[in-house]
Amino acid sequence: MWAYVIRRVLAIIPVMATVAVVVFLILHLNPDDPAAIIAGDDASTAHIENIRRQLGLDRPVYVQFFDWVLRLIGGDLGASIFLDRPVLQLILERVEPTLALAISTTIFSVCLALPLGVLAAWKAGTWIDQTIMALAVLAFSFPVFLIGYGLVQGLALELDLLPVQGFVSLSEDPVEFLAHLVMPTIALGLVYTALLARMTRSTVLEILNEDYIRTARAKGLANGRVLIIHALKNAAVPIVTTIGVGIALLIGGVVVTESVFAIPGIGRLTIDAVLHRDYPVIQGVILTVSGFYVLINLVIDLTYTVLDPRIRY
Amino acid sequence: MTDITLQGGAPAEAAPASRSRIGRIVRRHPMMVAGGVILVGMAIVAAAAPLLAPHDPIELNVVDRLRPPDEDYLLGTDAYGRDMLSRMLYGARVSLIVGLAVAGLATVLGLLIGVIAGYYRLADAILMRIMDGLMAIPGILLAIALMALTRASIEVVILAITIPEVPRVVRLVRAVVLSIREQTYVQAAVAIGTRFPRLMRKHILPNTVAPLVVQATYIFAHAVLVEAYLSFLGVGTPPEIPSWGNIIAEGRLYVQIAFWQVLFPGLALALMVLSINVLGDGLRDMFDPKLSRRS
Repeated sequence: MWAYVIRRVLAIIPVMATVAVVVFLILHLNPDDPAAIIAGDDASTAHIENIRRQLGLDRPVYVQFFDWVLRLIGGDLGASIFLDRPVLQLILERVEPTLALAISTTIFSVCLALPLGVLAAWKAGTWIDQTIMALAVLAFSFPVFLIGYGLVQGLALELDLLPVQGFVSLSEDPVEFLAHLVMPTIALGLVYTALLARMTRSTVLEILNEDYIRTARAKGLANGRVLIIHALKNAAVPIVTTIGVGIALLIGGVVVTESVFAIPGIGRLTIDAVLHRDYPVIQGVILTVSGFYVLINLVIDLTYTVLDPRIRY
Repeated sequence: MTDITLQGGAPAEAAPASRSRIGRIVRRHPMMVAGGVILVGMAIVAAAAPLLAPHDPIELNVVDRLRPPDEDYLLGTDAYGRDMLSRMLYGARVSLIVGLAVAGLATVLGLLIGVIAGYYRLADAILMRIMDGLMAIPGILLAIALMALTRASIEVVILAITIPEVPRVVRLVRAVVLSIREQTYVQAAVAIGTRFPRLMRKHILPNTVAPLVVQATYIFAHAVLVEAYLSFLGVGTPPEIPSWGNIIAEGRLYVQIAFWQVLFPGLALALMVLSINVLGDGLRDMFDPKLSRRS
């Protein structure tokens, strides 16, 4: 098992190295002069030159790359050009709302999608299954902002149940923290729920067609017992994998949701950085978020080896 | 449902072959056909936008700003007095062009890279590491970052949305190629000296077409949504071009007094994405009857 664990951990090195190269190229594949873009349309040559030196763009590309990677390994993500502050610090300041939204959405979606997906598989072909799957396609196709503004209009403006937008830190006021998370979580969570419910249904359906399920039924086990003990246990691994992989989709949705509800998170930071051509921030955000995503999936993979004795590579 | 349609298929055999075949598809996959019809309808309307649009989509008309839907302006006007219906008709073009271009480009690139990776071991190791790396970056985030590369234009939007979609196609194609390589008939073909282009044409491509078409449909749907998201966030299609995302991005400022600016383009977007997704689901079931019979 340990050999697998070590191999799996080492496997993230090429992945993160590729991410680093891609992120590095985002600045350097630029057809225009990055220094000039950062400086803006009516910048003086001296100002452009200044930025070029500040970013070290006057050095050979490979020197820049290795210098950058070395600093990354040391935990230095560089400094924002626009705000003139360390990127890591900016990210840490904005991480709470984003993380809170991502976690609450995952909990919401998993709690809703698993029962619905299992129910749809159990009742496959009936109107229950068809209704659940129709709702899933619908939720999957609705843009986050449409659901978001609909919720704002209904729950916040007309019924006055929830705050319209914004974010309150957990340490500041736990009740307000939760109240501000409800609508963003639903808006973002419905899409993710649809994805998970579809995946859960197809996984469970596949398992329900296995021979050992037929055997279990043939020997007269109660339906509920077959479903829970025999089917769900075996469906767990693919379902958890989907949850892990789906986090990439979730993070993308978080960016949009933050914008709808004016939540000052990583998404806002990224958009502002793109609008200001603040490349160090863009690079830092992508590296951090991707690293986080890779780590979560690593943890999920490693959990299997502990939970499922069959997995031995 | 399935049982009835299966039996209902028998009498249709008497009808001319092509008509009975279409009839059978309509009866077995009514949702898929509905999705396809809606999509084609939207495409026709988008293509005919200059003929159908009652007003100029770009010309400012401050007198009529923020007018609610009425007989002059069926879907109301925006903050510059521009007709929402006309802007939405032109916006449908952007969505369709971007969606189709991304689906096509991602499929072609993915097919090319996937075949190379599936066929040449050395290239496989390198290409798949690159794909793993790309897949580790959340798609919308990567697209947003790519938008920072250069001045925004429709072409850049297409490229920015395409790149994150490519790895999934590569994986799909590679998996098919790897499994086909092991088939006895392919090994026999190789043994008698079949060259790569012929192998590709006769064995690899026919086996990838069905899953690729399904995948391309889903990419199409996703690309339409991502284009709207990027424009909504202000980092997509240039603001002077009316796209649904741009209309919503402008309309969100007035959403509480002029809901129609967010609701109508949002619903149009949902309808388009829904019809493409339903079409994709239908195609998947059609190509993989094992799945559809079970469901």
